[in-house]
Amino acid sequence: MTTTASAHSTERTALADPHPTRVCALDRLTPDLGVAALVDGVQVAVFLLDDGSVHAVQNLCPFSGASVMSRGITGSRADEPTIASPIYKQVFSLLTGACLATMDKEPQPGLEGRLRVYRAWVESGEVWVDISDSH
Amino acid sequence: MGAKRVVVVGAGMVAQRFVQSLRADDTDGRYEIEVYGEEQYAPYDRVALTSFFAKAGPEELLLGSQDLWDDPNVTLHSSTRVAAIDRDAQTVTLDDGSQRSYDELVLATGSSAWAPPVPGVDLPGVFMYRTLDDVAQLRDWVRAKQAIVGRPVRGAVIGGGLLGLEAAGALQSMGATATVVEFANRLMALQVDDSGGEALKSLIQRLGVQVKCGVATSEVVADADGNVGTLKFSNGGEQLVDVVVFATGIRPRDDLARAAELQVGERGGVVVDDACRTEDPHVSAIGECAAASADGFMSIGLIAPGNTMADVTAHRLLGRAEVYFGADTATKLKLLGVDVASFGDAFATTPGALEVVYSDPFSGAYKKLVMTDDASVLLGGMFVGDASAYATLRPMVGAELPGDPSSWILPEGQAERPDVELPDAANVCSCNNVTAGSIRHAVNEDGIHDLGELKSHTKAGTACGSCLPLVKKILNTELEKSGIEVSEALCEHFAMSRASLFSAIQVAGLTTFTDIIERFGSGHGCDICKPTVGSILASIYNGHVLADDRAALQDTNDRFMANVQKDGTYSVVPRIPGGEITPDKLMVIAEVAQDYGLYTKITGGQRIDLFGARLEQLPEIWQRLVDAGMESGHAYGKSLRTVKSCVGSSWCRYGVQDSAGMAIKLELRYRGLRSPHKIKVGVSGCARECAEARGKDVGVIATEKGWNVYVGGNGGFTPKHAQLLAEDVDEDTVFQVIDRYLMLYIRTADRLQRTAPWQEEYEGGLDAIRDVILNDSLGICADLDEHMTHHIDTYEDEWKAVLSDPKRLSQFTSFVNAPDQADPTLMYVEERGQRRPATPAERAELAAAGSEK
Repeated sequence: MTTTASAHSTERTALADPHPTRVCALDRLTPDLGVAALVDGVQVAVFLLDDGSVHAVQNLCPFSGASVMSRGITGSRADEPTIASPIYKQVFSLLTGACLATMDKEPQPGLEGRLRVYRAWVESGEVWVDISDSH
Repeated sequence: MGAKRVVVVGAGMVAQRFVQSLRADDTDGRYEIEVYGEEQYAPYDRVALTSFFAKAGPEELLLGSQDLWDDPNVTLHSSTRVAAIDRDAQTVTLDDGSQRSYDELVLATGSSAWAPPVPGVDLPGVFMYRTLDDVAQLRDWVRAKQAIVGRPVRGAVIGGGLLGLEAAGALQSMGATATVVEFANRLMALQVDDSGGEALKSLIQRLGVQVKCGVATSEVVADADGNVGTLKFSNGGEQLVDVVVFATGIRPRDDLARAAELQVGERGGVVVDDACRTEDPHVSAIGECAAASADGFMSIGLIAPGNTMADVTAHRLLGRAEVYFGADTATKLKLLGVDVASFGDAFATTPGALEVVYSDPFSGAYKKLVMTDDASVLLGGMFVGDASAYATLRPMVGAELPGDPSSWILPEGQAERPDVELPDAANVCSCNNVTAGSIRHAVNEDGIHDLGELKSHTKAGTACGSCLPLVKKILNTELEKSGIEVSEALCEHFAMSRASLFSAIQVAGLTTFTDIIERFGSGHGCDICKPTVGSILASIYNGHVLADDRAALQDTNDRFMANVQKDGTYSVVPRIPGGEITPDKLMVIAEVAQDYGLYTKITGGQRIDLFGARLEQLPEIWQRLVDAGMESGHAYGKSLRTVKSCVGSSWCRYGVQDSAGMAIKLELRYRGLRSPHKIKVGVSGCARECAEARGKDVGVIATEKGWNVYVGGNGGFTPKHAQLLAEDVDEDTVFQVIDRYLMLYIRTADRLQRTAPWQEEYEGGLDAIRDVILNDSLGICADLDEHMTHHIDTYEDEWKAVLSDPKRLSQFTSFVNAPDQADPTLMYVEERGQRRPATPAERAELAAAGSEK
């Protein structure tokens, strides 16, 4: 049963038909307080920062295997905006998804030690995410 | 087995050290070790014997870790005396007549208390001061006398040395009066000179202890009941007494060695060479029972040389040649709260030596440095009343002392003290023989940059701890030298410590993170400084943790007011003050657990934890709990957790106070108080201590007269027993001292620093904290009291507040665009009738089963 290698790997599922998805109204977001969204079965963590920018990354924390990134604390390392996992406190870049502090832990088996970053933007007061456009 | 057998005779401190040292390095298991001790206890800290009176039981004095005695290569036979040694057969005979053979024999029989042969020395009520049983019997005698006489028990101590003064302190602590009778013309004749002795005498008399010097005791006379009643002195004087302690010296216990025809020193002690070997190559002697060549064949009654002998012997058995160079007789003591220290050539016996003396009759301090004739090299010193410079100066003996010598003995602030760089060979920790060089090596070569790790790696500061400030200083100096910044900075955004940030925010009156980081920091913050600021704001203003821009500062636990678990769900803990709960409330908790399928467990803090609640379920669950009259238990916060209690005098046959009632009052008083780390409190209704209060940050234990308050206990990674802060106080005073203790901790501790390390690192330690709290030495008590009153007056249940606020409730949503859907990745299996998160293997199985349907 190789297809069940990990129930965590939903984020990897490529979408046949890429399309932007409206997640919520901008005024539903509070600066620095993330929310989780379900976009075509993929859990996405969406953040509005105090500079007005919005960011979307995978909600799955690779080091704990729990879908919790939306509940982490935002911050900065030098000029790079960051998000810290609430479980074991790894810090990731909101721009590149790279893990900036592993806290001496390994990611869960089958998971990469970084976050997938999705394109997110605001259009006419609505927050949009495109999960086919990611890195 | 193939292992050789080492038999250790004696189970005192030095025996323990020997076994520990041998086991640490005997990685191949070349030796099995049998230890025979005549006392009923495992090796205990005899140096700290006096602290027995402030402790709950003998087990708190035990040395080192129990693991040593659980080691399969080590067997400890307590209450077993070795009666004879047969060197030819290499056997020892035990007191039951059985025999044990040895390959190596180590004598660590220590010494026994010696009393002069005056008439009446064996009367009931006359005690020695040497073993745990001695002090336990002394305590029982004083208590029993107290109950009969109806006035303070009259105590006398014969002997004005270290042990005598300790015994006088012990008598005083039990409410007895104390007179110290010393044959020599001054106290502590071995450590201090005439002027020092005079200073010590007046300091001690200020504390209510009477001192008679130059007086010999000629007889102890019985009273009508045949107990000790009167002391008669050589000068014709007399004194009425109810209890007498003889602390007139010790004699090495060398009787076994004498019987085995081993050579003994002129003044006793088994003669050993500089490798601690007796004339028999298979017999060693260590500690006070030994008379080493390096000490001029004199027995030394100090722990540090005993430890060195233990190490030298253990290493020799493993094939490493080491030499015992003789004792460093430097000592630093705190007697009845008075510092006494001497080191090096304290009596200026070196030809041409200069003495630099500072004496302050007002404070009572006496300080002296002994220098070479050109005042350049330090030879020794003596301190009475203030020994703060001891730790730095002692290792400098034989080295050039920079600057003006008097700068070291003038009161602090009156002269600039130069920075000294210790030579590598300087012995920093004399208990464990750790040099400045080996500490530097550990920092620079082994890359150890943390004080705790440095202690466990080098063993420096792990015995008496007096050198710790110096160890810390060396660590910081080395780190600075190698360009590693010894930074107090919280994180990259705040260049100051939590304590500085706390007062900065308080003084500036700032209330939002944006203002605070703009004024005192840089950047946008992070998961370290944000929760710290969130906690500080909560501590200062006691506003809601989710108010205004504060929600974004909180860790997930505080942000959702529940404890996050490994799968991202939360656990819920309603407050159950003092562990007391009605059946009605229990039923509501049970129904909630059942309806939401929550795994249910009783916590160590006497409440109930409900696991597996999803984010979006939390408000519904709390609505039901709040409706039933319950409130947040703050199990998720760095704040007061629980006040654990025993049932107390309302039900218990033994209880002397209402501990459950006290626990509830304390829990309601401090609930919601945000702090640098979690705070746990315990209340016991009698000295049996069923609530284990001394394992808590604050422990309150009932006495016949009121309550004792203990502080700084910790479980966790580094367990610590709480120390006595206030004794026999009434309820209002209990609240007052705890109010102040907690507020001082909240204001000055580091981030995530619990009370035990805070109290240890606070300048001046618990004594200084006590001074702040009880004597208002900083003049801040009114401020601390007001701050706590504000907390109590403004407390609100944070869950109740959220339930009535739609904006905050909207945060408790699974998916912003699909609020009806639960996290699809959560998977559970059942175990023992309840559910738990599936393991990765179980998840794979569950997913497979699902896809086959």
